[in-house]
Amino acid sequence: MDKGNARVGSDPVLSIRGLNKFRGKVQVLHGVDLDLYAGERVALLGHNGAGKSTMIKAVLGLIKAEGGEISICGSKPGSAKARAATAFLPEAVSFHPAVTGREQLTLFARLAGVKADIVGLLERVGLGEALDRRIGTYSKGMRQRLGLAQVLLGKPKLALLDEPTSGLDPISRQDLYAIIDELAAQGTAVLIASHALTEVEARTDRIAIMRKGVLVANDSLQGLSAQAGLPTRVRIRASEDAAAIAARTGGRRINGASVEIEIQAADKMATLREIAAMGDAVADLEITPPRLEDLYRHYAKEGLQ
Amino acid sequence: MTRFLAIAQCEMRILRRNRWLFMATLIMVLFALALTFAGSAPTGSLGVDMLTVSVASMTTLSVYLAPLLALMISFDAVAGEAERGSLGLLLSYPAGRGEVLLGKFAAHLAALSIAMVVGFGSAGAVAAWFGGAGSESLLALARLIATSVLLGAVFLTLGYLVSALSKSSTAAAGMSAGLWLIFVVLYDLGLLGAVVMDSGGWFTQTLFPWLMVANPADAFRVWNIAGSEGVALSSGMVGAARALPAWAAPLSLLIWPFLGFVAARGAFRRVEP
Repeated sequence: MDKGNARVGSDPVLSIRGLNKFRGKVQVLHGVDLDLYAGERVALLGHNGAGKSTMIKAVLGLIKAEGGEISICGSKPGSAKARAATAFLPEAVSFHPAVTGREQLTLFARLAGVKADIVGLLERVGLGEALDRRIGTYSKGMRQRLGLAQVLLGKPKLALLDEPTSGLDPISRQDLYAIIDELAAQGTAVLIASHALTEVEARTDRIAIMRKGVLVANDSLQGLSAQAGLPTRVRIRASEDAAAIAARTGGRRINGASVEIEIQAADKMATLREIAAMGDAVADLEITPPRLEDLYRHYAKEGLQ
Repeated sequence: MTRFLAIAQCEMRILRRNRWLFMATLIMVLFALALTFAGSAPTGSLGVDMLTVSVASMTTLSVYLAPLLALMISFDAVAGEAERGSLGLLLSYPAGRGEVLLGKFAAHLAALSIAMVVGFGSAGAVAAWFGGAGSESLLALARLIATSVLLGAVFLTLGYLVSALSKSSTAAAGMSAGLWLIFVVLYDLGLLGAVVMDSGGWFTQTLFPWLMVANPADAFRVWNIAGSEGVALSSGMVGAARALPAWAAPLSLLIWPFLGFVAARGAFRRVEP
């Protein structure tokens, strides 16, 4: 199921095999398998409580898993080598309110053992003006950006971002994804746990979907569409007689002048040729492939019927 | 190796910023001065200088205050960070949990030392100025400061222990208050009750002094009392201290911080942020 694509031969930065985790008697992760390769941006989607944060914490070595294996650049989670290779942005990141942004980032740089351009990093995330103010005076979005700045410390091999856009305004979200692209370009494997489907749709290379602790999907958007077999929607605007077009194509009329048909990926070209053959009867045509939202609904709810 | 220093530096900054350092020092100075002046009456009748009496009074004070200040500073160390949500990120860095705890301990102990030195030191200086001080009473003062810091160190580590065991800061605060009550008040009351029941038998003669010195708060008392004839005289607690070898109380007080730290580290290792 896992698609290494063009990276066959190179070792994954993060490799998870058969990960199990229990909370009391409830199993919260069921045999999760996931690989992340250098420079790859992977979205991890799922409802609240699907196990996304639990999986991230297991990768960080913050919690012990009951079964399976995790390897970060060949090291065990929680080992000094694995921690040095990993950057983490927790969900709703928080810091002590009495220290300033500059002091907090300096502490993290010393803990990571890296010499970093603290001021440059804070300016990069838009906190240049606030670097000597106490974190207690920061807004939620500013704290989130400070959290992002610490991800950029050193050059992590693996970045785990848990809901990185929460609390950010639309412009800051754009900046965030620009920074994620930069990370990936320098060879960092980036895992983004998110609810914001429309954002990750365009900004990631691969999408993994978790449902109740099970990884139910793990492929590129195109791959997922093909597997799910969700229909592509074609909307035809008729020049004159919408009813005739509806009758010929087997679609349904959605208003006076338009007809909508749902076709499987395999039938797409045949249907399009058919429509083209109708000539002037068709005024306009709009094709909508399945969106991530449809795919997400398909994978995350499959089996619940 | 510099990681725990980085954490210690940051913790110290926080203690300065949230006025904890200032408040703790102020409390120590006020209490120590008040006791020095209030306790200066019996100087003449006992034939010791004012500093000796002052040290005896401050010893009694420190048994209560050093554990209290230490627990107040340490109960939040793990539970507070976990509750705020900053613990996970901190622990994802290459610093080990032992290093994180050691960094906090170093800063908290430094803060406590400052409060003790300034508090007892200023009271000692006042007593020496008004009532004179001999070399023995100066030594007693130095011993009081050093043992108070040690006693504080014990309760810092016990504070980390309850902090790592609690689910929230509020629970940690409650458990700390309970811990203070047990070590400083209830333990002695229990022993006293047992001694009364035993009425001078084997328990009182043999076991009781060891049980007493096993409690760090009592070990602190015994060390200070046994160490100085004058302090023992003016505090009236000589019997129990005499029944023990001289090394018993110092050993207890020196071992406790290590035991506490190991226990706290063990509990901290199990915390899942």
